[in-house]
Amino acid sequence: MSKQVEALDMQEVLAKVNPVLEKHGYDDGMLVGILQDVQAQFNYLPREALIAVAQRLGIALSRVFSVATFFKAFSLTPRGRHQLQVCMGTACHVRGAARILEKFETQIGIKAGQTSEDMKYTLETVGCVGACALGPLVVLDNEFEGHLTVDKIEPILERLD
Amino acid sequence: MITRLNATQELEGLRQQILASRNQDTLRITVCCGTGCIAQGAKKVVEAFKRELSAQNVNAEVAELKETGCHGFCEQGPIVVIRPQDIFYKKVQVEDVPKIVARTIINGEVMERLLYSVPGNKKEKCTQESQIPFYAKQERVVFKNNAYIDPTSIEDYIAVGGYASLVKVLTTLQSQQVIDTIIDSGLRGRGGGGFPTGWKWQSSKDAAGDIKFVVCNCDEGDPGAFMDRSIMEGNPHLVLEGMLIAAYAVGNVSEAYIYIRNEYPYALKHAYKAIEDAKAYGLLGDNILSTGFNLDIKICRGGGAFVCGESTALMASIEGKVGEPRAKYVHTSEKGLWGRPTVLNNVETLANVPVIFEKGVEWYKSIGTEGSKGTKVFALVGKVNNTGLVEVPMGISLREVIMDIGGGVPNKKQFKAVQTGGPSGGCLPESKLDLAVDFDELTKNGSMMGSGAMVVMDERNCMVDTARYFIEFLEEESCGKCTPCREGLRAIRNILMDICSGKAELEDIDRLEKLCLAVTEGSLCQLGGTAANPVLSSLKYFRSEYEEHITNKYCRAGVCKDLIAFYIKDNCPGCVLCYKACPTWAIIYNGKGVPVTLIQDKCTKCGACLDVCNLDALEVRSVYDNR
Repeated sequence: MSKQVEALDMQEVLAKVNPVLEKHGYDDGMLVGILQDVQAQFNYLPREALIAVAQRLGIALSRVFSVATFFKAFSLTPRGRHQLQVCMGTACHVRGAARILEKFETQIGIKAGQTSEDMKYTLETVGCVGACALGPLVVLDNEFEGHLTVDKIEPILERLD
Repeated sequence: MITRLNATQELEGLRQQILASRNQDTLRITVCCGTGCIAQGAKKVVEAFKRELSAQNVNAEVAELKETGCHGFCEQGPIVVIRPQDIFYKKVQVEDVPKIVARTIINGEVMERLLYSVPGNKKEKCTQESQIPFYAKQERVVFKNNAYIDPTSIEDYIAVGGYASLVKVLTTLQSQQVIDTIIDSGLRGRGGGGFPTGWKWQSSKDAAGDIKFVVCNCDEGDPGAFMDRSIMEGNPHLVLEGMLIAAYAVGNVSEAYIYIRNEYPYALKHAYKAIEDAKAYGLLGDNILSTGFNLDIKICRGGGAFVCGESTALMASIEGKVGEPRAKYVHTSEKGLWGRPTVLNNVETLANVPVIFEKGVEWYKSIGTEGSKGTKVFALVGKVNNTGLVEVPMGISLREVIMDIGGGVPNKKQFKAVQTGGPSGGCLPESKLDLAVDFDELTKNGSMMGSGAMVVMDERNCMVDTARYFIEFLEEESCGKCTPCREGLRAIRNILMDICSGKAELEDIDRLEKLCLAVTEGSLCQLGGTAANPVLSSLKYFRSEYEEHITNKYCRAGVCKDLIAFYIKDNCPGCVLCYKACPTWAIIYNGKGVPVTLIQDKCTKCGACLDVCNLDALEVRSVYDNR
C-alpha cells in the first residue's frame, strides 16, 4: 500500500492549518489537540501540514513527527471514504471479535491498519469503545453496528457506496 | 438567560427558583442517551417522542421529555423510564413511541410488552426499575442522578442539590479541613491504584510552589471499562464540582485539566458544555461565587494511547509531548505537570468527593469494608446476561455481582472465569466467586480492582488465548521506553502463541514464569509492572489448561485453531442453527431429524457453530486425535 502521495499546495495547507493554530492560541502545549483538529481537516496528517505546524509553532519537526507517530489516533497516510473500526476490547474479544475482524479482512482483502486500493475502506482496530453490551461490534463512520455475526458482514459492506 | 451568581447563598435561591418553575405533576419521560443506548437507536426514539408528543397534543405541562445520561442497563437499551411512577420500558423502538404516548402518557396504562421480565420467568413482569434484580442489589451513590438529569442542563444538576457541597466547603471549611475530611472518609483512587485520595491531596498541598494543578483522568483505556465515560457523559457537573473542591483543598490551583479520550464524543461534548455553563453562573472561572477563589478548567483530548493512563505519561501528553512515562523518584503530586505539584484523580474518584460532603463522612464510611470505603462502579461485560454498569458497595461478593445482578452466563453455558482489573488484572475461577470485592482482597488473590472492568468468561473461552490477548494488547500499547516491557512482552507473547499452536514444550511454562518476573521487576511504570498479571493469574488457577495445550495438543474451549477440529455428534437433530451460522458453507443440511454433515476441508474452525449450538451436538477434538 505504499502509494505515492502527491505533494499538496502549501497555500491550501496553510489555509486549513492556520485557523486551527489560531484556535489553540499557537500553544505548543496543545500539540495533540492541534494535530487532531488538523487531521479532521484533511482526514489524515499530510507531510506539508506537519511542516506547517512545526514552523508556525516554532518547534522542531521531529517533535511534531514523534507525537504524530506515537498516538494511535493519527494517520500519516490518506484514509478511505469509509472508516471501519472493529472493536477488539475484552468484552468483544470474548464474544468472538477476532472472527469478525478476520471476516472483514478477507471480505475487503486488506489487513487491519490498511486502506483498500480504491480508497473505499480503511480498516482499523480499536481498543474499546465502551458499548460492550453490543459486542462484538464495528464502528462504521462513527455509527455503531452491534451484535455482529460473520454472516452480517457482507451485507454491511454491500450497503456502503 | 443565565445570571451570574455573586454570593454563595444565591445558589440555594437559584435552586428554589428552578424547583418552583417546575410543575411537580408533569410526567418526565427520561430516555437514556448514554453511548450504549444511542448505539441501539436512542436518539431516534427521542426524535419520535418529540414528533408524537406534538402530534398527539401533549403539552409540556403534561409531559416533559428528557435525554439523560447512562442508566447502566445497556443490555436492555434503548431504555425509557417514565417518572414519577418509574415505569421502566426496555428495548424501545421508534414504532413503540406512538403507543407509549397514547396509552401510557395520555391514559396512564402500563404497556406489558415493553416491561422487563426476569429471564426464565416470562410471566413475572417488573413494572418499576427498583423491582428489576439488576437494579435491586445496587447501591447508587455516584451514579444516582445519572438517570434523572439532563447532562447538558446545569439547572437540572443544581435542582438535585448540585454545587451545594462546593458552597459548604467554601463557606465553612478551611482547606486543611477539607483534606482531613477526605482522609477520614477513606476514599481511595478509583482509577486502579487505590491510593488514598486525601493523602495525595495532602502531599500536593505540602509541596512547595505557588502554581499547582489538578488533573482529572478520563482517558479510560482499559478495554471493557466505561464507567468514567458514563459519569462524564451523564453527570459532568459532579466531576467539575469534585475538581473545584480538590483545587480549593490543595490551594494555589488556578488551572485544572480534564484529559478525555477522543473516542468518547459525548463525554467531550457534555464536558465542554458543562464548563461553559458553570462559568456563566460564576461557579467556575475568576472569583467563584465572589469568594475570591479562582479556577479555570481546560479539556485535553487524548490521542488513543493506553499508556497515557499512567500519570507521568498523561502529563507529558498534556504538555504536548509523546506520552512516555518517566521514573517517579519524585511523585507527580510534588513535581507533575510542567514540573509543578499536580493532583491527578480519576473521574469516579472526583465524583465521590461532592457526595462525601453532601451526605457526611460518617454516612460514607458506613458503606464498604474496613480498608475500602464507599461504592465502586463496575462494567459488567462479556458472557453475562445483564451487561451494564453496576454500582455496588465495596465488599459485595463476586457471585452476587455476576449471578444476581448480572443474571449469570447466557445460553446455558458454564461459567469459567471472571477477569477483573483490565489488562493489568487477573482471571479468577469459580472457586473464588465468594470473594469480597475490594482493593485488598482482589490483590491478595492475584487480580486487582483496576478501573473496574469485570469480564465474565464461559466454557467457550480459552484461558491461554485470553492471556495471549492481553499480552498482545499490552505489547502494542507499550511505549517502548524500557527493554523489559518492550522485549519481554514480545517474548511472552511468542511463548503463548507457541502454546496456542501446539509447538510448545512443558519447560516453556517455567520460561514464561521467569519472563513474567523479569517484566514485572524491570519495568519503569505500572503498564509493564502489572503486565504479567493475566499470565500469572491464569497459570495459577488454570494451569491444567496450559498443560493440556502442550501435552494433549487440545484446546477444550475450541478456540485455538491449530489444535482443534469440530465433529458433529449423533444426537444432532438437524436444527439448522449451525448451518445458518457457518460463514464458509462447511455444514450440509441433510433433512430434519438427521445430523448435519461437516466438511472438514471447508471448515475454518471459527467456532460460530459451537456458539449457536444449544443441544451439545458438537464436539471439539484435538486435530491429533484420529478417532
